[in-house]
Amino acid sequence: MDIAQLGALFLHFLMLSFLAIGGAPSVLPDIHRYVVEVHGFMTSTQFAELYTLAQVAPGPNVMYLPLVGWHIAGWTGAAVTSIPFLVPSVTLTLLIAHLHARHPTALIGVAIRRGLTPITIGLIFASGWILLPAVNHDWRGYVLTTLTVVLVLRTSLNPLWLLGAGAVAGIVGLV
Amino acid sequence: MKSPPVPVAPPEPDIRRVTPLNLFLTFTRITLSSFGGAIFWARRMLVERLRWLTEHEFVEVLALAQLLPGATGVNLAVLMGYRFGGWSGAAASLAGFLAAPCVVIAGLGVLHQRYGGVPVVQHALTGMSIVAVGLLIATALRMATVLQRQWLPWMFALLAFVGVGLLRWPLLVIVAALAPCAIFAAWSVRR
Repeated sequence: MDIAQLGALFLHFLMLSFLAIGGAPSVLPDIHRYVVEVHGFMTSTQFAELYTLAQVAPGPNVMYLPLVGWHIAGWTGAAVTSIPFLVPSVTLTLLIAHLHARHPTALIGVAIRRGLTPITIGLIFASGWILLPAVNHDWRGYVLTTLTVVLVLRTSLNPLWLLGAGAVAGIVGLV
Repeated sequence: MKSPPVPVAPPEPDIRRVTPLNLFLTFTRITLSSFGGAIFWARRMLVERLRWLTEHEFVEVLALAQLLPGATGVNLAVLMGYRFGGWSGAAASLAGFLAAPCVVIAGLGVLHQRYGGVPVVQHALTGMSIVAVGLLIATALRMATVLQRQWLPWMFALLAFVGVGLLRWPLLVIVAALAPCAIFAAWSVRR
């Protein structure tokens, strides 16, 4: 990992900070494209595992960014992915918080939110779609993924139980 | 000051001041109980336990946090911190929200590098990853249920999916092309 590559990584995540509409899962496809498909820093399966690790750890789901960065270039990598991603959006949020205290409801905000929601939904679907072949090696994996979707939508189980069940299924060789 | 009569409870102050230390500790507690996303736990703590905000106020702040680019949970911490403690409150909430997870993630990174190749760990990770992808898809499906039954929003969702998921185009291209059209469409439709 040389300075030029680190610089490019920094700039890419800086750009993603402004494109992360609807939160950290929206930028997953583009991070995957950059670190797996374009640069080959890791395999698609490794990427999915790092994402999963961040999900089972306490904290916001944006924490898969420093994990991916850490895998690429250690502590420097973690800093180069998370700092450019967080600083611009946090600054913007602070500014808006300051202004929002003065002008609480603006119609344009409603239009922006209503307009961007469908795009966010499409992007999160794309995240799932891209990771599906990375984590599922045969039909049994797809059955477990489908089962998870059904259980989340039909019950109010804490997702942590499902992740635990997934770990057990993996250890006993079901998937 | 004229205010409508409140029948039972005495009127609460609209916005309370909370010390930065209190905000720091509150957001540390929220983040440490946040498995699989922080929003659920933030609501439980701020609305149900501490009663700093009403349900309605929380939804408003959350909507703004989602609207702004960046991580939703992080934006929420900043907005709440500013609301209850100004600039120093925002800094304290942000620090409380991110400090502990950074330590946890660093530990996990080291463990993954050292033991990620051990067969049992590998199999557990495979199983959990399969479930994590299911959770992601379920999130998208649940969000899709709130879309209005009109063809336009669904078309934008489909175009975003096809462009980024199937064609693997850069996110910049897709957002630059779709976001202005989608916002304009929502603006001109406004009901």
